[in-house]
Amino acid sequence: MLLRPQIDDIKTIGYYLGKIVLGLGIVMALPLVIAIAFGEINPLLDFLIVIGITFSIGFILTTLCFTRKDLNWMQGMIVVSLSWLAAMALGAIPLFLSGNWKSYLDACFDAMSGFSTTGLVLVQNLDHLSYTHNFWRHLIMFIGGQGIVIIALSLFVKGFSGAFKMYVGEARDERVLPNVISTSRFIWLVSIVYLILGTTALGITGILNGMRPVNAFFHGVCIFMAAFDTGGFSPQSQNILYYHCLPFEVITIIIMILGALNFKLHYSLWVGKRREIFKDIETQALFITVMITFFITAIGLHQIGAYPKAIILFRKGFYQLISGHSGTGFMTIYAPQFIKEWNHLAMVGVICAMALGGAVCSTTGAIKMLRIGIIFKALLEDIKRIILPEQTVIVQKFHHIKEIFLEDKQVRAALLITLAYIVLYGLGAIIGTFFGYPFLDSLFESTSAAANVGLSCGITDIGMPAALKITYIIQMWAGRLEFMSIFTLLGFLVAAIKGK
Amino acid sequence: MKNSKLKSQKSKVCLVSLGIPRGYPERSEGQGKTQKFRTFKFLLVVFTFYFSLLTSNCFAQSISSSDLINNAKAYDGKIVSYQGEVIGDVMVRGDFAWINLNDAENAIGIWLPKESVKIINYKGSYKQNGDWLEVTGVFHRSCLEHGGDLDIHAASVKKLSEGSKVIEQLNLGKQKATILFLGLALCLGILQILRMRR
Repeated sequence: MLLRPQIDDIKTIGYYLGKIVLGLGIVMALPLVIAIAFGEINPLLDFLIVIGITFSIGFILTTLCFTRKDLNWMQGMIVVSLSWLAAMALGAIPLFLSGNWKSYLDACFDAMSGFSTTGLVLVQNLDHLSYTHNFWRHLIMFIGGQGIVIIALSLFVKGFSGAFKMYVGEARDERVLPNVISTSRFIWLVSIVYLILGTTALGITGILNGMRPVNAFFHGVCIFMAAFDTGGFSPQSQNILYYHCLPFEVITIIIMILGALNFKLHYSLWVGKRREIFKDIETQALFITVMITFFITAIGLHQIGAYPKAIILFRKGFYQLISGHSGTGFMTIYAPQFIKEWNHLAMVGVICAMALGGAVCSTTGAIKMLRIGIIFKALLEDIKRIILPEQTVIVQKFHHIKEIFLEDKQVRAALLITLAYIVLYGLGAIIGTFFGYPFLDSLFESTSAAANVGLSCGITDIGMPAALKITYIIQMWAGRLEFMSIFTLLGFLVAAIKGK
Repeated sequence: MKNSKLKSQKSKVCLVSLGIPRGYPERSEGQGKTQKFRTFKFLLVVFTFYFSLLTSNCFAQSISSSDLINNAKAYDGKIVSYQGEVIGDVMVRGDFAWINLNDAENAIGIWLPKESVKIINYKGSYKQNGDWLEVTGVFHRSCLEHGGDLDIHAASVKKLSEGSKVIEQLNLGKQKATILFLGLALCLGILQILRMRR
């Protein structure tokens, strides 16, 4: 029997949602620094308006729904899923006010694309966008990559048991440190250290390649945020092609791979356990899947003679592939070139890479390497069971930071999430086909949206149907949160309507 | 299909630029063999030009970025003209430089001699409308010299129009909305503080 949610449930959800909205309001103050530094008046007003709106909503929610109760699992999950929708709706306001987005829906699309670290864009005239708005576009990737709730946890929450429920709801079921508050702070520490190193490397490369120092460092910080958080936005419309620079591509590949690794693995490396990188099931799976998908892509590109030399095929093919596999979405080719110049086999290679993704507890989306590793190990166990004598006791282990015995519940969970992703990719592709796009192109774009990648073969465009824009928004949201908190929200809504 | 369209475009462009009349001269009585010979000569000239144009590598008319990207194989290695606004940085690399020209559809990278960028005064950004240039040069679908990038190696650069600074006008509507929402947030914040103290 379904139980109708109580008023206390709604109050608790509203109160913690209000806290997170207030946290978001504080983060919105960062672009003000950029607006003042570059003397951009109207963008400054855009952000003051949205700060006013955000704080007003936050204060209303925390006042009306004030409670001292802690979150239970259901409430924690619902707070997370609603927080992401609130972040999208509020984060889109300054974008829409800039006038560079055709409609509020388009601004919401880009905001969700940013928060979910996808990278698909509907912005117009990007090359004339203000520094302030451009910084915000990349900052939301950084916020979304770390997790919107993580910000609230690490900055504004002193510690309560409900924190773990929200942490899990944001698709991070692994703790680096004993409690989630320390884990959140460690994730921020890692990100800030890499931010400084990455921005410096990209900034210096930019200067050496002829960019103005201010622009070089501005682009450096933006590109770092987009690469480490496997987002894929770029300050210019040509994406990475704008820079015409091999070292820039190499640095972004390194940052993308760092972003695709598990924060637990980062912690192990930080404390000197360097061998972990070779032993961990996720890095092994990542290496193998990158090799296989690149092989498929390279064969496809070779078949069609897309590139005149092997080294060029490698540079173009590998960059798009690693960008897709890590869930970043940086491009060094134009979107229509996927359709016009790459054949189906090459596109299938990239689609597979996008669908697989990076590590769990990283900033990537998609199925993720741990699940692929677990499914492979389970398959191996079943094969052994058939081949070896019946009396043999088969124990399957895998190394993920420590040695772990493979259990049925791990396999079940991995298979369920994998299945959910495959269904999500497929549904988006069918909806795209329904609107008249070829199936493979639709599958490419759908996988890119649901796996939070951002590579586009040209379907994502201001002219695409509004229903398809909404489909991709839902895919980006569901893909980033890994379903559970969204299913809980849907269950809550059903209970509110049908419950007794 | 696309190739035949491009070929017809080529012939149209170059016929106009050579000043050859579009129609045949009308035949009148009494012109006899001389007229027939002239017609034959004219057709011969037209045929010769048409044949030479089919094998030439020149696209005199300016081509849009979408056209270049969507038909990259057809334009690969050909001399093209492309117009667009200079956006972002002028990136000098030794004796050459990279600029990116945006024609309002896409931006394309242009590789050109360092001296050529001296004519650029404004680069498109939030506070500037960039200079509008026309470049003529070799289009590469996948440039061997530049790691497979789609680019144009410019042989000539012409400024079509000078850019300008954008003077930012204070938006009064936004100013009022700022006061309204910040005021509202402030009031609600004070109310919450008072409530918590009680």
